[in-house]
Amino acid sequence: MKLLTLNFLTCARKTCKTNPAAFPLHPREAELEQIEAEINPLLIQNLLPRINWEVLKTISQELGLPSLPESAPDSEDFMTEEGEPTQTLKDLHTLLMEMNVQNGKLVCGSCEHEYAIKEGIANFLLPSHMV
Amino acid sequence: MSRPEDILPPDLFYNDIESRKYTTNSRIKSIQASMTNRALELLDLDTPSLILDVGCGSGLSGEILSGVPEEHGGPHAWFGMDISSSMLGEALERDVEGDMLLADMGQGVPFRAGTFDAAISISAIQWLCNAETSDVTPEGRLKRFFDGLYASLRRGGKAVCQFYPKNPQQRSMISNAAIKAGFGAGILEDDPDTKSLKVYLVLTVGGGDVSGTVSRMSDVDVQDARRKDKKRGKEFERKGSKAWITRKKAQSEAKGKIVKPNSKYTGRRRKTAW
Ligand SMILES: C[S@@+](CC[C@H](N)C(=O)[O-])C[C@H]1O[C@@H](n2cnc3c(N)ncnc32)[C@H](O)[C@@H]1O
Ligand SMILES: [Zn+2]
Repeated sequence: MKLLTLNFLTCARKTCKTNPAAFPLHPREAELEQIEAEINPLLIQNLLPRINWEVLKTISQELGLPSLPESAPDSEDFMTEEGEPTQTLKDLHTLLMEMNVQNGKLVCGSCEHEYAIKEGIANFLLPSHMV
Repeated sequence: MSRPEDILPPDLFYNDIESRKYTTNSRIKSIQASMTNRALELLDLDTPSLILDVGCGSGLSGEILSGVPEEHGGPHAWFGMDISSSMLGEALERDVEGDMLLADMGQGVPFRAGTFDAAISISAIQWLCNAETSDVTPEGRLKRFFDGLYASLRRGGKAVCQFYPKNPQQRSMISNAAIKAGFGAGILEDDPDTKSLKVYLVLTVGGGDVSGTVSRMSDVDVQDARRKDKKRGKEFERKGSKAWITRKKAQSEAKGKIVKPNSKYTGRRRKTAW
């Protein structure tokens, strides 16, 4: 599961819908793996306004990754004059699209429900009394 | 042929053996691919987007989303949800690029508001009409799903769901649930009145290019539809032609079934895979 995905996933329980603590879900006992992916500058540029930078910082920190800049980069700084991806873009690509939580769990800050992650897939099935 | 939906719950039907058979069957693969391409055509995305694939299965559609070339506005990123761990296992083996959740769409869509540019679902949402336990109902599950889908799409976002309704009741139960959630909704039929009829529910969130809006659809005036019908010269109608579809629609409207108002999609033939 990519850090990109963790920037959007929320707790699935109805009772957590309106609780701000239900987002983001917090990774625990996470096994990280970097899986190479082809860089897609336009996609990252399109996604950037939707990325919650504070959340990205928090999750990176919780995963023990190097700390991120205070504020989100500007997509104007994504390409060199020669049209090559800049280091800024490459770093963001690595962080969002290549860093994966392969195993571990995600914990809701509101209800403390734990969603298990196995082989990169999170289990969001809820027993019906919790739906 | 009996419908899988009538045999077993989805996670049991799509067990290891069935999921492997499904994913390696070249006929299935080509049908699912052509429906995915049709959905993409309807979504009309012109730039790399973030897409939710509901009932993503083994990632047959996802692979196509990841493979849309730059000239056609891709490649797209996608997240998938599926209730069958065997189907997701097949996806893992095929090394698809999207992230996937083991999740029941009838329990909602666990992404924050405005996450997705678009959503697709191929051959899956009819399963929402099954309620496997006594504490849930199809209506409740449909509501949970469409409310969640609506919230997870950004304004101007679209969803295209190809599905296999069991009967006209199921078809309108599904489209009504989408409309109630707030979507602008329309139904598109490819190859109408043939064995390979394909039904696409086309949904938009506020202000998108929609073929039918909520108000226009719920305002369908039965009398009017019939009067319009009588005026149309039927001799010019070819089966499957725009006029024919329009007339069929008028008939359906007269029966009180939800059909989409006419649009640029009406009567367009399905394109083959790109
Ligand atoms: C015919 S397969 C289609 C798979 C994929 N969309 C494709 O086109 O190849 C139907 C899929 O819907 C999934 N499904 C059925 N009910 C579901 C539910 N309640 N939530 C999520 N997925 C479901 C099944 O597990 C199965 O993978
Ligand atoms: Zn929660």
